[in-house]
Amino acid sequence: MYWLKKLGAMLATLLLVSALTFTALYFLPGDPALLILGTEAEPGELALVRAQLGLDKPMAVQYWHWLSGVLRGDFGRSLTFSRGYSVARLVVSALPVTIPLAAAAIFFSLLLAIPLGALAASRPGGRLDSLVLTLSQTGLSIPAFWLGILAIQFIAVELGWLPPGGMPKWRADPGGAALSLLLPALVLALPRGAILTRIVRAAMQEALGQDYIRTARGKGLSEWTVISRHALKNALVTVSTVAGIQLIQLLAGALVVEQVFSLPGLGRLILSAVLLRDLPLVQGGIFAGAALIMALNFLLDSTYPLIDPRIRGVA
Amino acid sequence: MRGRLKGCFLLGLMVLLTVSGFFFTPYPPNEMDIPGRLEAPSSRHWLGTDNYGRDIFSRIIIGGRPALAAGAFAVCIGLTLGTLWGAAAGYYRGWLEEVLMRMADGLYSLPSVLMALLAVTLLGPGQASILVAVSLANIPIFARLTRSLFLSLREREFILAARAMGSTNRRIIFRHILPNCLSTLLVQASTSFAAAILAEASLSYLGLGTQPPAASWGRMLKEAQSFAGLAPWAAIFPGLAIALTVLGFNRLGDNLGDRLGVKKE
Repeated sequence: MYWLKKLGAMLATLLLVSALTFTALYFLPGDPALLILGTEAEPGELALVRAQLGLDKPMAVQYWHWLSGVLRGDFGRSLTFSRGYSVARLVVSALPVTIPLAAAAIFFSLLLAIPLGALAASRPGGRLDSLVLTLSQTGLSIPAFWLGILAIQFIAVELGWLPPGGMPKWRADPGGAALSLLLPALVLALPRGAILTRIVRAAMQEALGQDYIRTARGKGLSEWTVISRHALKNALVTVSTVAGIQLIQLLAGALVVEQVFSLPGLGRLILSAVLLRDLPLVQGGIFAGAALIMALNFLLDSTYPLIDPRIRGVA
Repeated sequence: MRGRLKGCFLLGLMVLLTVSGFFFTPYPPNEMDIPGRLEAPSSRHWLGTDNYGRDIFSRIIIGGRPALAAGAFAVCIGLTLGTLWGAAAGYYRGWLEEVLMRMADGLYSLPSVLMALLAVTLLGPGQASILVAVSLANIPIFARLTRSLFLSLREREFILAARAMGSTNRRIIFRHILPNCLSTLLVQASTSFAAAILAEASLSYLGLGTQPPAASWGRMLKEAQSFAGLAPWAAIFPGLAIALTVLGFNRLGDNLGDRLGVKKE
């Protein structure tokens, strides 16, 4: 029931987003037929292409046409990429870049946030605590793309430790592909990790103030067991409820960082579509971006009951 | 105490610098000087020059305008519309709440980068598109926050008392509930300001915002990336300006939160 309800809400929101983008793009001045045929085209030809693309129909009909296409996996055709490329194919080809990048960045940011946050919370007001707080406040103020530019210059170009950008195909060179995602993922993870550290710290502090922690200490458990098994587990429940928006921000950041490192992902695809005014690709790309975010959110929502059995019955 | 002063000091400095740019910059920010290109920081050019010999310090001063404008727009429009939106949903409840919050959730799930890409498709690249995008992105944030505050406040005794004394809905909303939300909204406002500056910088970096030859911090970084090896200062200082300003606003938010006793998520 819980999952079904979440799934329903997700689909409804996705529908809303798609209707919003469609309406916005519908009122855009400019004629796709003119873009395809060029300004020299005969009026008759233009009308023919418009009819082929369904542009002469009312907006609701066009939206329905697009939506029913999406349900069949057909997002239309790109107007600019070599003719014949379907939007779906372009979007799908970008996902093996964006999804691993985001996943790795999420992993790194948690790897940073959980130990640091827990450590800071275990001695509130201590020297380590204030150091972690200062660092995280600084970290979350640094734009990821700037960090990326500096990392390319100093780590990739001058030290030559990691590739400075671009990415080989997964099939051709899996190791090289993974390696070229490492630096972008780290860059992306740092600011988000900084925010997550604060969230983990606050949640840990709250958890450590609970009665069951006193009980655990009272029965003589080691401090390590108290923190890692009793406090952290409960703190993570709180963290997972507020981490969603951070992960959305991370995904949005991934779209920008792809540009910094010239990675052929979803962000670069949408960006070039926007700059070239390739409307079917803009529509499909934004839809895919939103769907990815919803999917991530859904995945996160559906982990709450796994972490916290109390939610299973409710909601 | 010292941290508190530092945050405000940083912020004051960056704002002052940007405002002073309306009256004075060390060099005309768009003046090219080809023989003096890619000069390292010196007493003549404090932060060096870029690939056209333009003074980076002057351009950073000018480049603060789009950043602060984005923050101001995001907060003014997001706060005003979002608060009204959330207040209507949280006070009147029922189907209105359902409809308003579904819409807010829909907007909320589109991150400002996607929103901006959409705005640029519609309005073309430029500062206006960025302002629209960051403003739109902030409406659901304030709407959701205000609604959640209203939901708990509307059940409190003093509201019941006000209602019993015959106060109109409008009076209860604006005179009784809203003032109690103010401190939380203020803290969110400074966080939103910081986020909007970051968003503006990212979008200008992508080439969607401020167009050349005008300067913005993100745009300067985009241009500097191609010659970062020759002139690392050109890639360092604009980013530093972004980070310091954002840090200032984040500190302000934290300090306000501590002082006003706001619990932040």
